[in-house]
Amino acid sequence: MDTPAIKLTGLKKRYGTGDAAVDALKGVDMTIWPGEVVGLVGPSGSGKSTLLKCLGAVIEPTAGHMELAGEVIYDGVWKISDLRALRRDRIGFVFQAPYLIPFLDVTDNVALLPMLAGRDNAAARKRALDLLTALDVRHRAGAQVSQLSGGEQQRVAIARSLANHAPVILADEPTAPLDSERALAVVRILNDMAQQYNTAIIVVTHDEKIIPTFKRIYHIRDGKTHEEAGEGRPI
Amino acid sequence: MINLASRDVLHGWGKFLFTGIGLGLLIGATLTMAGVFRGMVDDGQVLIDNSGADLWVVQQGTLGPYAEPSSIRDDVWRGIVGIQGVAETGNAAYLTIQMQQAGKDTRVMIVGIEVDRPNRPGAPPYLTSGRPILQGHYEAIADEKAGLRLGERVRIRRHDYTVVGLTRRMVSSSGDPMIFVSLKDAQEIQFLKDNDALVNERARTATNPAFNRPGVPGLLEAAQASATQARNVNAVLVRLAPGTDADVVAGDIRRWNRLTAYTKAQMEDILVAKLIATSAKQIGMFLAILAVVTAAIVAFIIYTMTLAKVREIAVLKLIGAKNRTIAAMILQQAMALGVIGFLVGRMAAGLWGPAFPKYVLLLPQDAIGGFAIVLTICALASSVAIRAALAIDPAEAIGG
Repeated sequence: MDTPAIKLTGLKKRYGTGDAAVDALKGVDMTIWPGEVVGLVGPSGSGKSTLLKCLGAVIEPTAGHMELAGEVIYDGVWKISDLRALRRDRIGFVFQAPYLIPFLDVTDNVALLPMLAGRDNAAARKRALDLLTALDVRHRAGAQVSQLSGGEQQRVAIARSLANHAPVILADEPTAPLDSERALAVVRILNDMAQQYNTAIIVVTHDEKIIPTFKRIYHIRDGKTHEEAGEGRPI
Repeated sequence: MINLASRDVLHGWGKFLFTGIGLGLLIGATLTMAGVFRGMVDDGQVLIDNSGADLWVVQQGTLGPYAEPSSIRDDVWRGIVGIQGVAETGNAAYLTIQMQQAGKDTRVMIVGIEVDRPNRPGAPPYLTSGRPILQGHYEAIADEKAGLRLGERVRIRRHDYTVVGLTRRMVSSSGDPMIFVSLKDAQEIQFLKDNDALVNERARTATNPAFNRPGVPGLLEAAQASATQARNVNAVLVRLAPGTDADVVAGDIRRWNRLTAYTKAQMEDILVAKLIATSAKQIGMFLAILAVVTAAIVAFIIYTMTLAKVREIAVLKLIGAKNRTIAAMILQQAMALGVIGFLVGRMAAGLWGPAFPKYVLLLPQDAIGGFAIVLTICALASSVAIRAALAIDPAEAIGG
């Protein structure tokens, strides 16, 4: 636990200029360790999505410092030239809806990431099948996405986020469309995967069902975060 | 690496196939238009080739006999046949008429040929069935496209003709099938007045003191007889001896016989460049419009298909797919659509082409050229969708 998976210091994001400028992030500090599942909660418009997009290297912060697995990726400017490769190789994404590619089968949805990273097809498919096994959806490996239940689709999406051994997974409201039982099942899976693959997972949520399960929670309001200990309720 | 385009196409193959078929019908119409133009050129070429002539001698200052009316006396051949290098001549008369056959109108070109011996210039080079014209009157050879059968009797103006032979690809420059009759019959069809007009003409001549002079017996009868004789033809077709320079002979005919003579190359120029020039421009315009319409439709289809995948493209970009991976997916789909469209279009043109009243000639080189143009259009049309796809923000995959 010597190197944090994510370390943010004074991260700011301003949209627009002049009178129309809006400060979405006003100096966010955050440290997440490998193998940890942390909740990021806050009301609508608090800056959750903006923070997630900055962490995902989708939008550029305005100021601050950002490290990923010990490497500085932002320090006033991007320190990495190929942000696309950064997202592909070092950040996993799990969305509110699974957003799987509908024209690929389950295995290829997961194998696509390693393939995009240049791994050969056989190795990519083996990795995909291993993850599908770990997530208990191996039996649907050849199925089309439309044939899966919502819970199965979300598991496949989690498998995809892990496909390139990313040290960080950003999960954006991953339990929003699920009932309590399935929502808790997803959180359990995220915790298992974090432990098994030593991956840091940030779960953006305002789902009251799952908030008590986090051991650490970052509250975000008006562009600023404050950390508090969670209940860490067993699932 | 997975081929995203093929997976997407296979996933929604029904929609893609039907879109391709729709596009194919449009491409089929475009190919058919090109085939119509080629058919017109070929009709003109066939008309020249099948006439068996090396020179066409026509009325001075005209573009006859196919492009303009031409009328010369039927004995001018005597002055031509003696020119060095001329192997054979044949008088020919051409007349396009509307013929009633089996209750429907058929437009045909009546061709009068000399039937004293076979293979005179102007005669059909071969028969698919039947025999040549052997009698001086009331026998005909018809192009198969006229829809006549051997032994069938057909009424042309005042007389019935028996079809004794059938030939193929003997059409006018307008694509009308030819019916060959003897020169005498053709002259009568073309130049002779009807009975009422003849009676009137005789009465008029009889009252003319210049022709009805007392003390000049036989003058009136001679004058009246000349009115019932047709001595004109439209052209003399000339076949040259091997090794003869056609331009030299044509120059001699122009100089000494006060007639206009065209070589094969000049006649090709008249038929292909001059006679169908306006039609060619018309078809060219139509082809250009169809190409633009095809491009617009392909662009619209690919653009719509791309917009339907905004979320997937955003996810692909978010998880690290390169721009060229996404561009290749869209380009390959556009190309696949073009290939399906072209195959359907080529088959459609091949199926409905023969049903056209005029000859539709689908040349392999046109098909290859058309295929290249379709692929180019698809590639260009996909650029709109590619631009739209590359502009999709990966952040769209993240809510909020």
